[in-house]
Amino acid sequence: MEASTEPATRTHVRISPRSGWLLPSFREIWQYRELVAFMALRDIRLRYKQTALGVAWAVIQPLMTMVVFSIFLGRLAGIKTDGGIPYPLFCLVGLLPWQLFAYSLNQASLSMVAEQNLITKVYFPRLIIPLAAILAGLADFTIAFALTLVFMLVFAGNFTVTWAVVLVPVFVMLAVVTAFSVGLWLASLNIKYRDIRYTLPFLTQIWMFISPVGYPSSLVPAEWQFVYGLNPLVGVVEGFRWSLLGAPAPSAVLMLASLGMVAVLLVTGLMYFRKLERTFADVI
Amino acid sequence: MSDVALRVENLGKKYRLTGRPPHHSLREALVGLAKAPLAMFARAKPETEENTFWALKGIDFEVRRGEVLGLIGRNGAGKSTLLKVLSRITEPTEGSADLYGRIGSLLEVGTGFKPELSGRENIFLNGAILGMGRKEIERKFDEIVAFAEVERFIDAPVKHYSSGMYTRLAFAVAAHLESEILIVDEVLAVGDAVFQKKCLGRMSEVAGSGRTIIFVSHQMGSISRLCSRVICLHQGRMDFSGGTAEGISRYYARIGETPATGTKAIRRAGTGDYRAVDVRPEKPMFSTFEPKIILMRVEPGSDQKTGRCWIWVTISDEQGNPICQCDSRINDGIVNTGPQSYEVRFELRTPWLKPGDYYVSLQIRGFAVADVCENVCSFRVLPILPYEMALPEEGFEQGQTLADFAFQVGEVAAQTVE
Repeated sequence: MEASTEPATRTHVRISPRSGWLLPSFREIWQYRELVAFMALRDIRLRYKQTALGVAWAVIQPLMTMVVFSIFLGRLAGIKTDGGIPYPLFCLVGLLPWQLFAYSLNQASLSMVAEQNLITKVYFPRLIIPLAAILAGLADFTIAFALTLVFMLVFAGNFTVTWAVVLVPVFVMLAVVTAFSVGLWLASLNIKYRDIRYTLPFLTQIWMFISPVGYPSSLVPAEWQFVYGLNPLVGVVEGFRWSLLGAPAPSAVLMLASLGMVAVLLVTGLMYFRKLERTFADVI
Repeated sequence: MSDVALRVENLGKKYRLTGRPPHHSLREALVGLAKAPLAMFARAKPETEENTFWALKGIDFEVRRGEVLGLIGRNGAGKSTLLKVLSRITEPTEGSADLYGRIGSLLEVGTGFKPELSGRENIFLNGAILGMGRKEIERKFDEIVAFAEVERFIDAPVKHYSSGMYTRLAFAVAAHLESEILIVDEVLAVGDAVFQKKCLGRMSEVAGSGRTIIFVSHQMGSISRLCSRVICLHQGRMDFSGGTAEGISRYYARIGETPATGTKAIRRAGTGDYRAVDVRPEKPMFSTFEPKIILMRVEPGSDQKTGRCWIWVTISDEQGNPICQCDSRINDGIVNTGPQSYEVRFELRTPWLKPGDYYVSLQIRGFAVADVCENVCSFRVLPILPYEMALPEEGFEQGQTLADFAFQVGEVAAQTVE
């Protein structure tokens, strides 16, 4: 009797208790990339199906905020922008990465608990959930970006387009990564401490004021620049404005602080998430 | 060992019972931190007998490629936990499991369905969640829709589907999973008879095509139809591993041993709008002609949902064949809206059951199935026949039940011959 031939490749999975601190398996996440896309698209579709304003909201929100800021901060409080850029444009461009961050942060923080049904019934790398939540925010961002380009045409001549414009996608990525890092932390914490969700609106509001959305970072005195830069959004917003509008470049100290912070948050966020991942299904 | 699909060695899963809810509030945590900053670093309370619970311990078995393994046991025996570990949803505490081949798990029908999206969109979504690639789903799309019989409504939002359509569609997607190992958990419990037949048929097909299936069910009929081997779990340990018929007897033996009052309602199928609690026969043994009385309490689930529900009681014999099904609607036995509990008394007057052991299954149904309790309790019928004259067993052993009948024999007068 012939022995049965073993198929050339057969996936082998070994399930056993894990221990220690690990990073997620990026290869596995790549295997599941279609699912990430599906979930992100599903979130986007749901968002636009549910509200009549849907798509328009992506435009109205930054627009209204810009108008309010222009009146109260730009005109009445007399905040001056760097490089002679008109305040409304300055503000709008700052709002773009900010709103991507704020939206993604909210969605990511609540995503794990929202999908608890999936987590207890199906296997896939859990990291996909906050990842898809973040990516869904890019839809709104794209629409708002289109609006900004229109604005830039209106205000043409009041700003300079420099070589740095090629770095715009880099700063967008940075905004996404920042949102992901913080979102990951909050998503994990939210499973353990369910009342985190109530701190979110407060957190978002405070965060907006400590970020240079409505004012330039040059407002902060030189000796405080490093501490100020520890808010990763500072580097993101100023970098974005610099690359898109040719605003004066943010100081190196600032950028270093911000980038360093993002890296720390990302790595620690991934490790913490991975550690908690083991018990998600039991605890959620 | 090239044809082993699954090997489990000394698998165990332990839960700590802390008596507190698993999530705290941030407020409490911060206050705790302020009060005792070093408490964070103190060692956790030592594990004792009382505060640990082994949902699974020492599980050892192997499944060959192409085998259909049945996993049976009472509610709370650990079947769902074992499936969860094998599906990688939760981690084992000790031991290991080796899986050779892709795994597809069907632990609940319709996981990930979003009510606002259409049937078409949900097929793609659910398929992706279960691990199918986009091209694969496109290829099988028509088959899936045909299996679910929802062609006309495929583009309507799923929230407009009837519960039957919903379940059919969800199962149809999962039924077309092309994984080498398929793990299926009691998903058949919440459908109607036609649907269940379809599902079983599909599972037979899958089994016939050489894929490995691990199948959990309380319906011994399905188990004996599909499974060549059976593993019986009891309180987290392996109670039996071997042939199907023997395993099923073992399962019934265990049911007869302990009353069903301890079954955890949360682990049963059904929405939980109402749960049957403390289902028990009025006495453990009845004579053949006595009415058999089953008592139970029906309590509303924690959601405090309201709705009209009725009760089905099915009496099955030792082989798992249903003798009769009784629907409480016939005499207005309806559990009504509101958060109160009900005491229910079920009386079976006819047919006259033959001597032997019988098992009671029940369902609480409304718009959706609220609770499903398979083989929740048992009773015995004593060998005292309800007839005037004694009868050897051959006189009634062929029938499924005893009947209330009479013969009249009269002599025909002989024809007088002229």
